[in-house]
Amino acid sequence: MLRLYGTELASRLLLGTARYPSPAVLTEAIRAARAEVVTVSLRREGAGERAGQGFWSIIRALGVRVLPNTAGCHTVKEAVTTAHMAREVFATPWVKLEVIGEDDTLQPDVFALTEAARILCAEGFEVFPYTTEDLVVADRLLAAGCRVLMPWGAPIGSGRGLNNLFALTALRAHFPTVPLIIDAGLGVPSHAARALELGFDAVLVNTAIAQATDPVAMAAAFAQAVAAGHAARLAGPIEPRDFAAPSTPVVGQAFRG
Amino acid sequence: MRILVNGVWRETAGRELAAALEELGYGSRLVSTAVNGEFVSLEERARTALADGDRLEVLAPMQGG
Repeated sequence: MLRLYGTELASRLLLGTARYPSPAVLTEAIRAARAEVVTVSLRREGAGERAGQGFWSIIRALGVRVLPNTAGCHTVKEAVTTAHMAREVFATPWVKLEVIGEDDTLQPDVFALTEAARILCAEGFEVFPYTTEDLVVADRLLAAGCRVLMPWGAPIGSGRGLNNLFALTALRAHFPTVPLIIDAGLGVPSHAARALELGFDAVLVNTAIAQATDPVAMAAAFAQAVAAGHAARLAGPIEPRDFAAPSTPVVGQAFRG
Repeated sequence: MRILVNGVWRETAGRELAAALEELGYGSRLVSTAVNGEFVSLEERARTALADGDRLEVLAPMQGG
């Protein structure tokens, strides 16, 4: 079981809820992914609009746990205020903390992120920081009180997979007991399988599923890949080697000696 | 008075945030609020006075990644 801030989860695939072609497809994709945690957000809503209330009704009816994000925040102040607003609306101490530092890559501002994490952890939030693969930043986030880390695989929505395998592997090795969730940048199910094979505890996927030609089928494919990757990790993969090693026994081989 | 609601100037007679939200049509809605960048909780709304030129954010649940 995956344990995040004391909550046990059977599913290691967390799902974003944005950019689906329709609410009906979103609903079916959440079911097909067998997701137990979905990310949600807060946005300005005019008094005449009902989109937000409708969306929230759909999510509540599914009975899934929500992880509110602070997407779009660029400062500590914005992120902390948004976290407070999300906690009230969604009634959860969980927050996926995003503080964006650069608009082309949507790379986290890890300095502001660490400061916002320190403030929110002290206020009783259970913080899921969206961070880079940087070891020192990870260490600072843990010192700030985070008990889960969400390193990026690649820039949000890029579909490039695990961009920096060396650093991600080092991160996993340095923090063997901290739940690590690859958040952002995955494009296809094999990326998710790879993350789980490397020992990451879970993945969070949005665009790769929501923008697929058939999001529901892609959600099911990601669920299978995550399950396969995790099973493979537990089964103990072999180490890659530089030369061939015969798989058929060489003892008793004909025509030799 | 004039206050900036989600980036748009609006006229409101409501002196407190709760009354202004009612007047602006957010009455029973599931929203969260901030005034001048500071979170104002549901229970604080009735006693949070607004002033001319205040910036009000009214946020509702939305899809997110």
